Amino acid sequence: AITPPGKNPSLPSKPNPAYSTKEQVTSYEDVTNYNNFYEFGTGKDDPAAYAGDFRTRPWTVAIEGEVQKPQTLGIEDLLKLAGMEERIYRLRCVEGWSMVIPWIGYPLAELIKRAEPTGKAKYVAFETAVQEDTMPGVRRAVLDWPYVEGLRMDEAMHPLTLLAFGLYGEVLPNQNGAPLRIVVPWKYGFKSVKSLVRIRFTEEEPPTSWVKSAAQEYGFYANVNPNVPHPRWSQATERRIGEDGFFSPKRETMLFNGYADEVASLYAGMDLKTNY
Amino acid sequence: MSITMSMAESRPAPKELPRRRGPQVFGIPFNVFRAGVFLLGLFPLARWLVLGFTGGLTADPISFLIKSAGTWTLVVLLVTLAITPLRVITGQAGLVKVRRMAGLFTLFYASLHFMSYVWWDQWFSIPAIADDILKRPFILVGFLAFLALIPLGVTSTKGWVRRLGGMNWQRLHRLIYPIGALALLHLWWIRSGKNDFLDAGVYLGVLIALLGWRVWHAWRRRASIS
Repeated sequence: AITPPGKNPSLPSKPNPAYSTKEQVTSYEDVTNYNNFYEFGTGKDDPAAYAGDFRTRPWTVAIEGEVQKPQTLGIEDLLKLAGMEERIYRLRCVEGWSMVIPWIGYPLAELIKRAEPTGKAKYVAFETAVQEDTMPGVRRAVLDWPYVEGLRMDEAMHPLTLLAFGLYGEVLPNQNGAPLRIVVPWKYGFKSVKSLVRIRFTEEEPPTSWVKSAAQEYGFYANVNPNVPHPRWSQATERRIGEDGFFSPKRETMLFNGYADEVASLYAGMDLKTNY
Repeated sequence: MSITMSMAESRPAPKELPRRRGPQVFGIPFNVFRAGVFLLGLFPLARWLVLGFTGGLTADPISFLIKSAGTWTLVVLLVTLAITPLRVITGQAGLVKVRRMAGLFTLFYASLHFMSYVWWDQWFSIPAIADDILKRPFILVGFLAFLALIPLGVTSTKGWVRRLGGMNWQRLHRLIYPIGALALLHLWWIRSGKNDFLDAGVYLGVLIALLGWRVWHAWRRRASIS
């Protein structure tokens, strides 16, 4: 069982073994101190160092675009919207490292259903908060802020796609995307938007921050795929943080990060080399 | 003769030296100065050891060490390139005698950078390394820069200066300029994916300043001769 580290308020949940890996969980220390969250700086230790002043209350999420019921929900309502589950997912970063993280949340589909997307809703765009006074990273134009990522509707509605509010039995630390974030375990980590403030349903593929910045390197689909290398490194292997050390080779990366049984059908007939 | 930095040319004419003291650099006895430079050269290595024993190598120590060795290679290379301008500007002739040491430290950290990649990133797989070099321009230029450093290290001894002759030796060692450019290109391409050129920009500025000084210095000397 996961022992809460006692750093944040606890967030009760029910374990969901059907959607949990039995692999060794990455230490809380590593999960919360080795982060890519460029709004707080591009260094891996920047988010843990600088996210302390980030304001997570009051907090609202706007749902807009191709929906019958556009609405803005407060964090208190979002927390109560569905039953909290604990799911232990693999996380594969596009940079070639990976972790195993016990998330707490519920399927994003629960929220989407409430907004009643129209027939035109083919894609969903997610937007991260921008707080200029608490996010030192947004003063530099490393990316086009606010950070935007997106999914196809079927990806967003997939039962694996999680709206996460916590990890390790407690509410999310700021550096991990408090107070709520998306987790898409079969895609590279950058697809999983942190500190979510806006969900917009669209007919066209939304322009995402990374596609605008470096489309050749970070595509819209970004499915974990050992057979499609990044232009500057192979994606065939990965280093599991805290486990793969100086005296062992990197481990082999699995297609769809090991979730192929669940998600491969979403991409039937698609060329994953061109839709990377 | 264009951009040169031979030992004798810019050395100030011997004046009446105070006989009591041995050679000095910045008022420090040369042997002490050289030992100080040597210890400074070991600083990155010492830093890694201290970080290693205090849990300071981040959650991904391998990635940290590979990158850190690369960073220090570039820093030491730029320091090496700065020695001749510093010598000419300050008139501290003894500086030339630590240039070889600085160059060898560059090769040392480049070797650590390369070996950490071969070991930890590629797990000694020669096909994987060959594939990486052929497929990825940033790996190729980094590899070429490292290869080109080796003959400079090998021929850094007095014996090799004699064997090659001063002119040929100097010609060979001018390779350090393209090596510096390749090393910087290697870093620039690494940074390009994230559109974050802060550190690479600083190194580029320093490299341009150091090479620009050489061009300016050679031009001025030529002008004063004619």
